[in-house]
Amino acid sequence: MAKQQISFTLNGEAVDALVEPRHLLIHVLREALGQTGSHIGCETSHCGACTVDLNGRSVKSCTVLAVQADGGEVLTVEGLAKNGELHPVQEGFMQEHGLQCGFCTPGMMVRAYRFLQDNPDPTEAQIRAGMSGNLCRCTGYQNIVKAVMYAAKKLREQQPA
Amino acid sequence: MTATAETMNDELQTQTEKLGGVGCSRKRKEDPRFIQGKGNYVDDIKLPGMLFGDFVRSPFAHARVKSINKDKALALPGVRAVITAEDLKPLNLHWMPTLAGDVQAVLADEKVAFQHQEVAMVIADDRYIAADATELVEVEYEELPPLVDPLKAMDADAPVIRDDLAGKTEGAHGKRLHANHIFTWEVGDKDGTDRAFEGAPVTVKEFLKYPRVHPCPLETCGCVASFDKVRGDLTVYMTSQAPHVVRTVVSMLSGLPESKVRIVSPDIGGGFGNKVGVYPGYVVAIVASIVLGRPVKWIEDRIENLSTTAFARDYHMTGELAADKNGKITALRVNVIADHGAFDACADPTKFPAGLFSICTGSYDIPTAYARVDGVYTNKAPGGVAYRCSFRVTEAVYLVERMIDVLAQKLGIDKAEIRLRNFIQPAQFPYPSALGWEYDSGNYPAALKKVMEAVDYEGLRREQAEKRQRGELMGIGICTFTEIVGAGPKKNCDILGVGMFDSCEIRVHPTGSAIARMGTISQGQGHQTTYAQIIASELGIASEEVQVEEGDTSTAPYGLGTYGSRSTPVGGAATAQAARKIREKARKIAAHLLEVSEDDLDWELGKFKVKGVPGQEKTMKEIAWAAYNDLPEGMEPGLEAVEYYDPPNFTYPFGAYLCVVDIDRHTGETHVRRFYALDDCGTRINPMIIEGQIHGGLTEGFAVAMGQELVFDEGGNILGNSLLDYFVPTAVEAPHWETDYTVTPSPHHPIGAKGVAESPHVGSIPCFTNAVVDAFAHKGVTHMQMPHTAFNVWKTIHRLGLDTQD
Repeated sequence: MAKQQISFTLNGEAVDALVEPRHLLIHVLREALGQTGSHIGCETSHCGACTVDLNGRSVKSCTVLAVQADGGEVLTVEGLAKNGELHPVQEGFMQEHGLQCGFCTPGMMVRAYRFLQDNPDPTEAQIRAGMSGNLCRCTGYQNIVKAVMYAAKKLREQQPA
Repeated sequence: MTATAETMNDELQTQTEKLGGVGCSRKRKEDPRFIQGKGNYVDDIKLPGMLFGDFVRSPFAHARVKSINKDKALALPGVRAVITAEDLKPLNLHWMPTLAGDVQAVLADEKVAFQHQEVAMVIADDRYIAADATELVEVEYEELPPLVDPLKAMDADAPVIRDDLAGKTEGAHGKRLHANHIFTWEVGDKDGTDRAFEGAPVTVKEFLKYPRVHPCPLETCGCVASFDKVRGDLTVYMTSQAPHVVRTVVSMLSGLPESKVRIVSPDIGGGFGNKVGVYPGYVVAIVASIVLGRPVKWIEDRIENLSTTAFARDYHMTGELAADKNGKITALRVNVIADHGAFDACADPTKFPAGLFSICTGSYDIPTAYARVDGVYTNKAPGGVAYRCSFRVTEAVYLVERMIDVLAQKLGIDKAEIRLRNFIQPAQFPYPSALGWEYDSGNYPAALKKVMEAVDYEGLRREQAEKRQRGELMGIGICTFTEIVGAGPKKNCDILGVGMFDSCEIRVHPTGSAIARMGTISQGQGHQTTYAQIIASELGIASEEVQVEEGDTSTAPYGLGTYGSRSTPVGGAATAQAARKIREKARKIAAHLLEVSEDDLDWELGKFKVKGVPGQEKTMKEIAWAAYNDLPEGMEPGLEAVEYYDPPNFTYPFGAYLCVVDIDRHTGETHVRRFYALDDCGTRINPMIIEGQIHGGLTEGFAVAMGQELVFDEGGNILGNSLLDYFVPTAVEAPHWETDYTVTPSPHHPIGAKGVAESPHVGSIPCFTNAVVDAFAHKGVTHMQMPHTAFNVWKTIHRLGLDTQD
């Protein structure tokens, strides 16, 4: 099948990839670009393990074509930490034991990253609703809620007054 | 016995905290890589020249395969091979042995026996081409009538599923009574139980259907098989909960010496029983790699996962209790039809075709009992794994915890009170159960009373009575379960003839840090943290400085793997024992360094001290260094030990759960208002991890009770095999959990630990059903079949006319 060149920004760096029009973004991220942090759990956009941030929105990259990312900005779990410092969301997941097997965690955290920009001071119910596109089989979500709360607080504290 | 947080003195506790030892809620050692996207799961593995395999699967539940034409698929550029049963026949790999003593078709051999059965595998340059090519393989089928209902499997006119077993009247577990019959398994005193029922003042009987469900870990199953033609070595990266046993099986199947086979379980994205078995995908990928001389990756998609690898449950149980007028149970009788699908690939210890179902007498002092399980074939996928439980324990606990509620309702006795009247008492341990187990320790009344007090049980019952007056539906469910985990004693348990021990090898390095290698394999349980904590408490080496490795058969000692809550009871015991061997050698070295007799030394976490001489002491760090250069005469250098631990008994974790539900009498929706879970898993190694596991287990239990079911239509078509249909709760549906604990250490485990991760799954499911049924108890309802979806509950409401009442 004919391939085409796409270019986009991945975690702040310009990248190119040669893709077929039918190639899914998750496959291009994982296989062509070697960023295996985002995972594939269902390929039907239910589980959210493949969640990445595309142009300021959470998307399930198993149902986004790679060509749709052309010219865009993509953030994955690999781009959360900056200058060797964990993002407050990552710190929250570790401190509040918000992960077990770790398979849903990258998608879950990237979703939390976006959710907290949309809603910096959420209630528990808002977190549960805001994270409901991401499935976890290990934690029962209770500590994920705490992790997002932890990150929300820390992010608010970091904001200049 | 290791001191627990409850029994330690302050100084020891401070020191334990500093080292991150047993009892500390230290953060997990595995988290930094997972939160930075640096986990290494099987689909992350990319080898040079790697090809992809994808299956052609049967659209029919039961059909003859008339012909397979590969030509069009092979003509597609990038397709390297199309493998069918015909190709595997010369290698004698078209069928494989199962863990249950049966055989399973690796690729359909002349007929298919369940929908989505593996018919051919396409091997291609990438996963897109492989998927394209599966569409081009032309298979001609002749449909046969399917057998879907296990209760009709032994009818005279039932379609025969297994042509390959024609004329075989003996199976792996004795006599077969019908072409579709697999085994009869009986336990207990049948005549004595029948007599107890004949004379009993009160008896109850209920048919309990435990639906077919699936563990559905977020990562599906998969492997990368890589055969090195020059060296003759086979390496397989595989999502396996039991890599060492898989190596043994692969060696036996392939004829390669076990030393030439290396199985690596990398990070695993959840298992819950789904990743215990050996699946056709692994076998075909291995064959393809050997034949093509290139690495071959096979990864299931979600539909394949839910449709073909490792269902759980599908138990159709008739339970009966006999009791006196005060509700004291005198006998239990159980008859089960177990749907094992088209091949008996149930993952159980060899001698236990119904697993540990005989734990079905539960937490109660039942003098006489009898259970019988008949396994049957149907046109459904093989499996029968323990979905987050010890072998068939979930089914057993569901049975007894449901039946005791049925009995309470019949006698008009409160559901907490009837449990208190029947509990095995603390003084009765070790307790021999009527069905042959020896429970190690427990204090059931204390656990239940603690829960009743915490939730104000009397107050809840008063509130329920008031609500019933107003026509509102409120239910209170109780479950006081006992699990049996930690398989197992070699005398009882083996898998394919290998005893179910487990192992740990510890090496202390010259500068005092250590590495531990285990026969188990974590799938999220946090082994790298908890085993390190055990070593910290045994040797005084900070858990931060103990590296734990698992899953690579070339480096780890042989072990039976992680399932059935066996890691802490067996692997954890091996860890403590290996550490103690090291400590004994360290004592000898310390005596040599301090020029005293061993008897003059006291062990205090991390150091040996000369009795009565303050300041005369050697730390583990000093001893470790000496182990490599300054040893007693004749002692071999080094400081390491290996332990293969064969447990003397199972462990018996228990708990008391209470659930409060409010049910909308118009929609049938059930709202879990409160769930209080008290668990007793003996010594608690890392309370943070324990609580996390309990949250997870409860949520999986909630999923099973309230929504999960693999549904089949009359044609044997599976109707619920995607995450659109198969219920996995989101953060919105998942209830809020309250947890609590008591500590009753196991007397036979080196550190008193019992295992915990499965208890909340096992215990919560009957608790939910009990709560839902309790909401209708005043209307004479004694049982409602799972799952308790809004529609199913509404059907009961509607039948009772409650939705139209004012």
